[in-house]
Amino acid sequence: MFAYTVKRLIQMVVVLWAVSIIVFLMMSFTGDPVFMVIPIDSSEAEIEQARRILGLDRSLPEQYIIFLGNLLQGDFGTSYVFRQPAIDLILERLPATLEIVVVAMVIATTIAIPLGVYAGANPGKPLSRLIMSGSLLGISLPGFWVGMMLIYFLAVEWRIFPSSGRGDTVEVFGVPTSLLTADGWSHVLLPAITLSVGTLAILLRITRAGMMEVTRQDYMKFARAKGVSRRGVLYGHGLRNGLIPVVTIFGLQLGDLIAFATITETIFGWPGMGKLLVDSIYRADRPVIVVYLMLVALIFVVINFLIDILYTMIDPRITVK
Amino acid sequence: MMQTFLASQFFFNWRRNLSAIIGSAIIAVFIVIVAFGPLMVAQNPYDLTQLNLLDSYKPPAWLPGGDPQYWLGTDGQGRDVLASIIYGTRVSALIGIAAMLCSCLIGTTLGLLAGFYGGRLDAVIMRIADLQLSFPSMLIALFLMSAVGTGIDKVLIALTAVGWVVYARTVRGSTLGEIEKEYVQAARVAGLTNGKIIRRHVLPNVLTPLIVIATVQVGTFILIEASLSFLGVGVPITQPSLGLLIKNGFDVLFSGLWWTSVFPGLMIMAMVFGINLFGDFLRDELNPRLK
Repeated sequence: MFAYTVKRLIQMVVVLWAVSIIVFLMMSFTGDPVFMVIPIDSSEAEIEQARRILGLDRSLPEQYIIFLGNLLQGDFGTSYVFRQPAIDLILERLPATLEIVVVAMVIATTIAIPLGVYAGANPGKPLSRLIMSGSLLGISLPGFWVGMMLIYFLAVEWRIFPSSGRGDTVEVFGVPTSLLTADGWSHVLLPAITLSVGTLAILLRITRAGMMEVTRQDYMKFARAKGVSRRGVLYGHGLRNGLIPVVTIFGLQLGDLIAFATITETIFGWPGMGKLLVDSIYRADRPVIVVYLMLVALIFVVINFLIDILYTMIDPRITVK
Repeated sequence: MMQTFLASQFFFNWRRNLSAIIGSAIIAVFIVIVAFGPLMVAQNPYDLTQLNLLDSYKPPAWLPGGDPQYWLGTDGQGRDVLASIIYGTRVSALIGIAAMLCSCLIGTTLGLLAGFYGGRLDAVIMRIADLQLSFPSMLIALFLMSAVGTGIDKVLIALTAVGWVVYARTVRGSTLGEIEKEYVQAARVAGLTNGKIIRRHVLPNVLTPLIVIATVQVGTFILIEASLSFLGVGVPITQPSLGLLIKNGFDVLFSGLWWTSVFPGLMIMAMVFGINLFGDFLRDELNPRLK
């Protein structure tokens, strides 16, 4: 287990290093950022000086070494727009993003798993067919459009929910959260529901597929024969084994939710890091984009790692090598 | 040919599967729209001489204030929403199909090479694939678009860059299985070149699983393209896709002008739903293991 962890940690570092190269190269091709920091009508000498300060006068490999060196020292650059360290801007907004991602995940899981178990255990029943058609519709919807419809009906027409912003927050251990105030929840719900639609549909379909696979197994019949209730068999014996593919998808979906949070946050004016990314792309605010991507890469490799560990806990047959 | 098809198991099952029929019907309607769309509407929404500003923001024809000339209403420039949707559907669908073809071509080629030759080439291709798969497609595409700028060609590049992986991995897996088989060894003994073995013998035998992937991917690509365009980093405003139409509608949604965004969204939903219904049927048909 220890050797495995070390091996995985080394892999994670290699992945992050590869990401840093890709991010650096892509950023180098996105045009000259020099006019982001000085006025467009500056003199030649001023432009030269700015380029020197930004390090743009050096060769690409040299720039990369400096870039990597700065990353390793925890210096992620300063936003051209906010004139603040880019990492601070992102970390400030990270809790807001995690908030809607977590609420979306909870909504998706609590609805998807029971429905998926039902549809998998009772294939062919009308309700199962309805659930499956609904889930297919769920993966065919543009998520941002669902959000707009929610805004139009629930916020503009019927005025049940606010249409944008984050609402009241309370500090818990120095981290602001809107999950402890009624106003906060009323702001969280619509973005979280919007975000959860696609994930809900996918989790449901995977749960159903997993359940259909396990209901055919002999141990399920045996458990029934020895007198375990139908419910007990489904959730105790079936779900645990049917859940293994669900866990993989769960991890991937968490990543997808963070990615799609960019759009959801843009629609709902949610002050998270996804909206910051979109705004930064519009303003060509390179340092912020770089930090966002590196941070998200880090989150993803950590999620993948945790998922692999989680496997061994759910399924003792799987051992890490 | 037609008779063999009508007598096939595939057609037999298709006729008995309601969702497959609905999916095919939806796809057929969209093929007609893509092929003949501009002939079906009176207005070319991007010919400025045909627009009348006095007709801006008309609601759909059945609502008070609606104009029977514009069934689904008009947008801020007096553009017929139905006409823009039909033009936008063409952009969305063609991008989805073209990006799928590019991804399939590149991914299949790389997968064949990786599986057939193995070694370092295989390791490099598969590591890139692994790296890519650990990130959501949407994020990679968004990042690429932010780097290369807007445009239909650039959307194609971004979608292909995220789409090839699934083909490469699938084809590599099947290729590894195929090259062990006797017929490939026989072809080698017969003295065929590697290129010929790959094209004539391995390729036809690894294609079947790709049909399902390719079908569903068109739908996925349409959705990703819509998201990119919605964020303003997709297609240019001169050739709006359905996603960009929704974005334009979003800007006026708060004034209650819902028709400019609701109908394009329904159109995407119908198109992708049809593709997914048919894709589901194909998956069941072509993967008997899952039945």
